[in-house]
Amino acid sequence: MEIVLWVLLGIVVLLLLFYVFTYNGLVRLRNQVKNAWAQIDVQLKRRYDLIPNLMETVKGYMVHERETLEAVTNARNLAQKISDSGAAARSKAEGELSSALTRLLAVAENYPDLKANQNFLALQEELASTENKISFSRQFYNDSVLNYNNKIQMFPSNIVAGMSGFKTGEFFEVTAANEREAPKVSFS
Amino acid sequence: MWEQIRSNQIRSAVLVIGMGALLFVIGYFLGLYFFDSGIGGLLIAIALWLIMTLVAYFQGDSILLASAGAKKIKHDDHPRLYNIVEEMRIASGLPKTPDIYIIDDPSLNAFATGRDPNKAAVAITSGLLQQLNRDELQGVMAHEISHIKNRDVLLMAMTSVLLGAIVMLSWYGSRIMIFGGGSRRNSSSGGPAQVIIMIVSLLLMILAPIFAQLIYFAISRKREYLADASAAMYTRYPEGLASALEKLGASSGQLKSANQATAPMYIVNPFRKKGRAATDLSSTHPPISERVRILRAMGGGASYIDYEKAYKQVHKGKGSVIPASAMSLAGDSSQTVSRASTADDPGRLERTRETSDAMWKLSDYKTIECPCGTKLRIPPHFSEKSIQCPHCGQKHML
Repeated sequence: MEIVLWVLLGIVVLLLLFYVFTYNGLVRLRNQVKNAWAQIDVQLKRRYDLIPNLMETVKGYMVHERETLEAVTNARNLAQKISDSGAAARSKAEGELSSALTRLLAVAENYPDLKANQNFLALQEELASTENKISFSRQFYNDSVLNYNNKIQMFPSNIVAGMSGFKTGEFFEVTAANEREAPKVSFS
Repeated sequence: MWEQIRSNQIRSAVLVIGMGALLFVIGYFLGLYFFDSGIGGLLIAIALWLIMTLVAYFQGDSILLASAGAKKIKHDDHPRLYNIVEEMRIASGLPKTPDIYIIDDPSLNAFATGRDPNKAAVAITSGLLQQLNRDELQGVMAHEISHIKNRDVLLMAMTSVLLGAIVMLSWYGSRIMIFGGGSRRNSSSGGPAQVIIMIVSLLLMILAPIFAQLIYFAISRKREYLADASAAMYTRYPEGLASALEKLGASSGQLKSANQATAPMYIVNPFRKKGRAATDLSSTHPPISERVRILRAMGGGASYIDYEKAYKQVHKGKGSVIPASAMSLAGDSSQTVSRASTADDPGRLERTRETSDAMWKLSDYKTIECPCGTKLRIPPHFSEKSIQCPHCGQKHML
């Protein structure tokens, strides 16, 4: 009789331990997803900050490209303005900013003086790297969401997730069709 | 990715405990032989190990960096290198960008150090920095960051300390026993128990270092494969690392500041000989040609699963390098991440110039660019107020 009691107690303890570990694991993954999202944000803001510098450097050389320059500035301002709204709208605005930047840098090819400018060269590296960082932070975010969703949907952790109300995360998709090639910031 | 780290921690715990047991057994038998007290020998072994571990834990990375003559850089010293490390930090999800060091050495190598991801550093030789284009540099840095992320650095430091303690005890113990250990033999009559203890101690002292070294090398090689797999996953571009490894494999220059104990920290074995491809047991690194072949066999994928498949393909279905718990991670396997094109990548000459500029700057030299195209390097203790360009004769104020 006593043995049965102990066995039952043991099972309860094991179940509790399983619940605690799984719950903590889920929280850790959810925090990783949140943190990864914040990382994307950091890099997008960094791009907003770089663009005025780029404009300042470029405008003296590219006097005949007013339209291209304005397109970048407008895209930047729009993206920054709606940076608090939903992921879908934001992703679209960022995609447009990327393509505007690509156009500008493609046009810069025609200005050898500009390409010899130290400031511009440094900015070029920073912009290319920021584009990479945006891609990599998005990659890490999507990987994190995938791991988190797997954990939520797979047995047996899905029981704990269902009991404690963990919800699957959303992937950060690229909406603008041309965004995929956009970070190819080629200058030569 | 914490599941993968946890499986590493379990494995490293087993490894460290196994080697620790070996060390303590040696200590026990040496104590039994020399002062008739196994506990005394055990205490000596523990004290030796504790001291070495504490030094390695708190000073290991600074000793390694200082002995390599590594110089820490800031963003402006070498923006491309700094940015690439930051990109890989983001891709791997490390909490903090590791410190970045350049070693002024023409040989080609790189390593990672630091006891935890918050106190980590990566170092690269100036020779390698000049050789690699952006994608290749990214691959190498991804490999180093994986060592930090997978906690290989601490594992290798701790096991190399144990290995060192075992080797040290055995070396001194056997020398004293064979050449000078008269004291014990005179004081006792030398019964059969004494003979057995002597034989066991001798055997231990011969076999333990070899055994410890083999465990150490086997583990170290496995960490290299895992770091390659992680690098492919972070960059989503295995070709970058593959082509960098090819460049590394083509050179045979040995790194002056490396030694046997620090060898596993480097991306390729710093003592490699040109053309050596054999997988002998006594190497800390798998052969480069094989690592390149695996990376190239990943066939458009970049996940752990693709790496494991490629590994099996190269090894004809045998063996496994990725812990099962890590296999479920990061399923988006396609090499889709957009990257800055290599078209705008500075060429070999530019990279050499850039690196040498960085090295002069890190040595506190000032650089003045004369309009005639000459670069004047001003040493840190130069006291004159102006300097004349030796090429065109123009005076520059300092």
